[in-house]
Parts: sequence; structure tokens; C-alpha cells
Amino acid sequence: MTAPSVVPAPPEAPNALFELLQRLGDDRLVLGHRLSEWCGHGPILEEDIALANIALDLIGEATMLLRLAGQVEGQGRDEDALAYLREAVDFRNCRMVELPNGDFGFTIARQFLFDVYSVVLLDALTHSAHEELAAIAAKALKEARYHVRHSGDWMLKLGDGTEESHRRVQRALDELWRFTPELFATDDIDHAMRQANIAPDLGVLHEQWEALVRDVIDRATLTLPHDVPSAPGVRGGRQGFHTEHLGHLLAEMQIVARSHPGAKW
Amino acid sequence: MTGTMTNADREAAEQVRDLPGGDWPLWEVFTQSGQGAPHEHAGSLHAADAEQALQNARDVYARRGGVISLWVVPSGAITASSPGESGPFFDPGADKAYRHPQFYKVPRGVRGL
Repeated sequence: MTAPSVVPAPPEAPNALFELLQRLGDDRLVLGHRLSEWCGHGPILEEDIALANIALDLIGEATMLLRLAGQVEGQGRDEDALAYLREAVDFRNCRMVELPNGDFGFTIARQFLFDVYSVVLLDALTHSAHEELAAIAAKALKEARYHVRHSGDWMLKLGDGTEESHRRVQRALDELWRFTPELFATDDIDHAMRQANIAPDLGVLHEQWEALVRDVIDRATLTLPHDVPSAPGVRGGRQGFHTEHLGHLLAEMQIVARSHPGAKW
Repeated sequence: MTGTMTNADREAAEQVRDLPGGDWPLWEVFTQSGQGAPHEHAGSLHAADAEQALQNARDVYARRGGVISLWVVPSGAITASSPGESGPFFDPGADKAYRHPQFYKVPRGVRGL
């Protein structure tokens, strides 16, 4: 007996560029929101302003990326619709950025790992075949270069500071390290975007990133955690699989927009 | 990213730590708004060292644009005149009108005089 030969309909091809832009935009939107939680709680007034300033930079970058994503999708969604009306499973940010802030050491260590990633990625994206994306990357790169100056400087101060600051920032690195392979994991979207010369080879970026990170970690007298075995095919935030923390973050971030649909301010 | 923490940096950091304010000494910030314009005092802030003072100054005083150059100076490095001596120190002698350059016309278009 032969099984009826049913040819399954090909799954609808995801719009790879739309996916890529959501990944880029959501990283910055979610991290920007996390950083904004420091507003009013910084260790000193000046640092409070610096963190809020970086949060605003990230949210501004997210605005540009998600606006372009909405245009690429062509379903009439603008950046606000994407930011405020999607559910957690529709977000494409890496999981590192949605983790709670922890202490100042954890916040700084995460910023540092992300800022270096952002600099190498945006630098590569300035050569993207997609002109608008290249232009956004060029603008965001200037900001990212400042961000890494801020977080890199703090890594040196905390790592090579007091016994307690060293212990805390080392603990943060140890906790965060297992979330870093996700930044460079590739799937069909990345391959398609690379083929089209829209996005770079993440493997090359991974090497650049690690060299830059290692340099600062060494000078900060910190220890790079042992390599995490990369798990190819592992599904994470880029595919909509998030930690429990993203839902709580979105509940707070989205409540005003959802309670007052279409409100203008 | 900042430079390597050299021994010189460490010494500088220790000197800064001896300034009033302990780990967070006070710095005076000067901003320049255009080529050729003077650096003007914008305010003060706390920072652990000069590099951080520059970054904080950028965020506190230059984040909304309009600044092309920043100076930061440890507040303790400034020698100030004493308010108690302001009389003998500053009274210009209002009777000496020739000290005031107000007898010629300034051409239009000359700014910042």
C-alpha cells in the first residue's frame, strides 16, 4: 500500500529582509528599554544621565530600523505598531538584551558585550547593498562608537577597581557569556541576507568581536569565561524563543500604547 | 575604547583621588560653541578621572548639540580670587574714563568683541 502522495504546500517564505530589520531593531528597542529603567537609579547623577542618553540613542536607532521594517513588510505597520502591538513571540531580539538589569556591573558588562557587537556589525552594515540600511548603520555607528567608549571605560574601572567591583563584573561576565553565541548564530535568514550582500558574514564578525572583547577583558584584569560549545540550530530570540523576562518587559513597555489605541502625544 | 591603564594612568588616578571629593572629585567643564569662539564655563560635574569627566561632560553639557570642543579641569586646580578682597581687587577707578574703550565705533559685522 502506498501512501497518497500529498505534496505539502511550501511554507510561505519569510521575508528575510523584514526579519533582519526586526532583529536589528528589536535588539536596540529592548536594550534601550532595559537601560531606561536605570533612569533615576544611577550611581551618580552624571552616570544616570549617561545611561538615559544611551537608552535614547538605542531607541532612536530602533525607530529607524523598525520604520524601515514596516515599509519592507508592506502591511501598513509603522514603527509604533511593531514596537507596541507585537507579542513576545514576534520579537526577534537576542535574549541577552531582555535579561533584567541586575546590578551596575551586570548592566555595564552587558552593554560592553553588546556595544562591541554593535560596532562591528554596524560597521559591516555600512557596506550593505541595501542603501537605506547602510545609511541607518552609518548614523548608528557613530553612536555605538561612543557607547563602547563609555562601557569599555567602565569595564576597566570596575575590573581593575576594588575587590568588590572586580568580583561583581566577573560574575556578570560569567552569567552573560552563554548568551553571546546567539549573537553570531546563523540561520536561513542570515544566509539569504548574506547572499544578497545585504548583511555580513557573522562568522567573521564573531572573530573581530572576540578579539576586541578579549583585549579589554585582559586589560581589566578579568577572565574570559571558557568557550561555550556553540549549538548549531539552537533556537533562540532570533526565532521568537525568549526568556520569561521579555513578556514582563513588554507588558510595561506596551501598556500605554495598548490602553489608548491611536493616542497621539 | 579607552587606552591601556598604564602606570602613569594609575599615578594620575591616585593624584585625582587626592583631590577634594574622594573617588568622585569635582571637575569644571568648559564648552566651545564654534571655531574661534572662547571655551566658556558651562558648569561642573563629578567623575572618577579625566576621561570619565569628558564623557560625563559630553552627556551633561553637549548632548543637545551646539558644542565642538570640551575642556575639563579638576576644580581644585582653579585658583579663585577671594570675595572679601573684591573691593580693592576689582574697583576699576570709575573716574578714569580713558580706561574704557568706548570712544570709537565698532564696524558692523564685528562680533564677539
